[in-house]
Amino acid sequence: MRKPDGRGYFGEGFGGRFVPEVLYEALAELERGMDAAFADPSFWAEYDAMLRDFVGRPSPILETTRLTGTSEAATLVLKREDLNHTGAHKINNTVGQGLLARRMGKKRIIAETGAGQHGVATATIGAKLGIPVDVFMGELDVERQALNVYVMKLLGARVHPVSGGTRTLKDATNEAFREWAARVEDTFYIIGSVVGAHPYPYMVREFQKVIGVEARAQVLERYGRLPSDVVACVGGGSNAMGIFAGFVGDAGVRLWGVEAAGHGLHSIDTAASLNAGTIGVLHGSRSYVLQTREGQVRDTHSISAGLDYPGVGPEHAFLKDSGRATYVAVDDEEALAMFHACAEREGIVPALESAHALAYASRLARERGPDGLVLVNLSGRGDKDVRQVAAFDER
Amino acid sequence: MTGIERLDAAFARARAEGRGALIPYFCAGDPDPSTSALLLEEAARAGSDVIELGIPYGDPLADGPTIAAAAQRALAQGTGVDATLALADGVRRGGGPPVLLFTYVNPILQYGIEGFADALVAAGAAGAIVPDVPIEEMGELRTAFAPRGLALPLLIAPSTPPARALALAEASDGFVYVVSRLGVTGAKREPDFAWIEERVAAIRAHVDRPVAIGFGIATGAHARRAVELADAAIVGSALIDAYAGTAGEEAAARVRTLLAELDAARRPAPRSEGHDRVSR
Repeated sequence: MRKPDGRGYFGEGFGGRFVPEVLYEALAELERGMDAAFADPSFWAEYDAMLRDFVGRPSPILETTRLTGTSEAATLVLKREDLNHTGAHKINNTVGQGLLARRMGKKRIIAETGAGQHGVATATIGAKLGIPVDVFMGELDVERQALNVYVMKLLGARVHPVSGGTRTLKDATNEAFREWAARVEDTFYIIGSVVGAHPYPYMVREFQKVIGVEARAQVLERYGRLPSDVVACVGGGSNAMGIFAGFVGDAGVRLWGVEAAGHGLHSIDTAASLNAGTIGVLHGSRSYVLQTREGQVRDTHSISAGLDYPGVGPEHAFLKDSGRATYVAVDDEEALAMFHACAEREGIVPALESAHALAYASRLARERGPDGLVLVNLSGRGDKDVRQVAAFDER
Repeated sequence: MTGIERLDAAFARARAEGRGALIPYFCAGDPDPSTSALLLEEAARAGSDVIELGIPYGDPLADGPTIAAAAQRALAQGTGVDATLALADGVRRGGGPPVLLFTYVNPILQYGIEGFADALVAAGAAGAIVPDVPIEEMGELRTAFAPRGLALPLLIAPSTPPARALALAEASDGFVYVVSRLGVTGAKREPDFAWIEERVAAIRAHVDRPVAIGFGIATGAHARRAVELADAAIVGSALIDAYAGTAGEEAAARVRTLLAELDAARRPAPRSEGHDRVSR
C-alpha cells in the first residue's frame, strides 16, 4: 500500500495538513519521529511483542455457521478483533503510538474519545508504559458512557469533559488539538482513527495494517484462496483501513466500507460522510465531511457512538473516488437487528459499530451464493453497548 | 487602492504619528447582528488602524472558549459569510479602517475560492487571515488573492523554527502576525513578552514589514508592551469578554471603555522613547 505524497495527500486531493501554525512543527516533528521508528526494526520488534503478549494477537478468524440463516449463502468469516485486550481494534494503534511517544521522549499523552473505546485503549498503554494520560471527551458522551469513564480513571487517566459545540467526539477532538497547541513540546497526541492532519492517517493505518496482514494469511491458509469480499464498518475508518491494507493490492478482492446511515442516508440524522457528505476540511485534512452549504460541520447521528462522526479518513475518500473500494450504509434499525442476531446465532455480542459491517456482509453473503467467501472485520465486542441496547429494546 | 495597499497605508500612518497600531477583533454577528454593527462603529470611531472581523465557525481549532462561544451565538442567529461581508462593507461605507476577515478555510472552500476573493473585493475587505492554512497549503488562496491585491497575513507561533519564521515573515502580506504564546486565542493566559522581544528582533533584522502581536493581549499594559516591542497589538477575546452578557448600547459602552484604554496604551508615554524597556 502506498504512502501519501510528501504533503500527506492520497491521490490528488485528499489529506494534507490544515492546522494552525502552532501545530505545524509538532506534526513535522512527529513525522520525523515516525519515519525514524518505521525504519528501525527494533521498533517493530517491540510493537510485535507487545501485540502478542499484551494485546493477545494474532486474533483468530471464525467461520460463522448460522448468521446468514441459509445454506445458500457464501462462507462468512469473522476477523475477531473483539478478542483483543480492551475489546476492540483500537489498541493496535495506541500500542504503536504509545511506543512512539516514549521513543520521542514525550512526557504526557493526550487523546480524544467518543464512546470511550479509544480513551480506554490509550489509558491502557499509558498505564503500561508509565506515561500520564489526559483524555478529552464530550460532556454528552461522558454521561452516556459512564462505565468507560470509570475504566479510564481506574487505569490512571484523567478525563476532561468538553462542553463546547455538540459536546460529542467532534468537539472532544477540537479540544485535544487545542490542548496540544498549548503543550506541543512535552505532549504526544494519540489520535484514534485514520483522520487528522498528515502524518496521522498514514501512521494509524500502518499500526492497524496488522489486521489485514494477519487476516489475508489466515484466510489463505484455511481456504486456499483469497476472499471474494472484505467488509468493515467506517466511522473515521481505522478498522476498515487496517483490514483493507492487507487486500488492496489484490485486484480480485472487493472492498466494502459500511457507514452508519442513522435514520437514513437522506435524513438529517445520519453519520455517513462518504455517502451523504461533500468535500471539505475537518480536523486537519481534506476529505468528505457532513456539512452545510456554508461549510459548517453538521450534527450527526448514529446508534453507534463510534461511527457518529461527521468526517472520514482521507484515504477512504481516495479509495472511494478511485473506485477501489465501495462505500455503502446500514441504518440504526438493521444494525440493531444484527446485534441481536449475532448474539443469538453465533454466541458473540458484537459492538454496534461492527454490527453495521456484519449486517451488510450478511446481505452480501446471500447475494454471492455458496461460491463466495466474505470476510468481515468484527472490530469490537459489544459489552459497552448492552445498556444502550437494553434501553432501546424497552421502547 | 488594493487591500494590501490599504493595510500598508494604515501602518505607515501609525508610524508617521509615532505610535503603535491597534487591531481589534470582533466575531461577526455576535452578540446579535445589530449590536455587531454597533461594535464595529465603536472600533472605527476609536481610531482602530485595522479591524479583524471573524466569520463565525463552529469548529475553530485556533480559538479558545471566548471566541468559540461568540461564534456559536452568531451562528445560532444565522450569521454566515455573506452577512459577515455585509458588515465589512458597512465599515468601508462609514469611512472606517481596512477590514481583514479572519476565517477558517472550510467556509472559503464551500463558497468557492475565486468567488470568495471576488466577494472580498466587492465588500472592500483588505484580505483574510486563514489560521488553519499553513504556507504549504496556501497555493490556491494565493493564486486567487494576489491578482486582486488582497492580503494574506501569516501567523508565526512560538513553536515555529527560526528559519521557517523568516520565510513566513517574508511571504506575509501587510504585516506579520506573531502569536504571543503557545495555545489558542483567549485572554486568560499571559503573553510571553521575553519570547516576543527575541522573535521580533530576529524578524526585523531580516524582513522590513510591520509586526503585530496577538493572542492573550487583554489589557492596556499588554498592548503597551506589544507596541513597544513591535508595531501593532491585536485584541480579540478581551473585547468579547468585556461585552459578555450584554447587547446594544450597553455592549457598545463596555467596548468603548476598553478601546479607550488600548488607545492610550498605543501612544508613547511623554517621558519614554519608542524603544525604551518599560518593566511593569
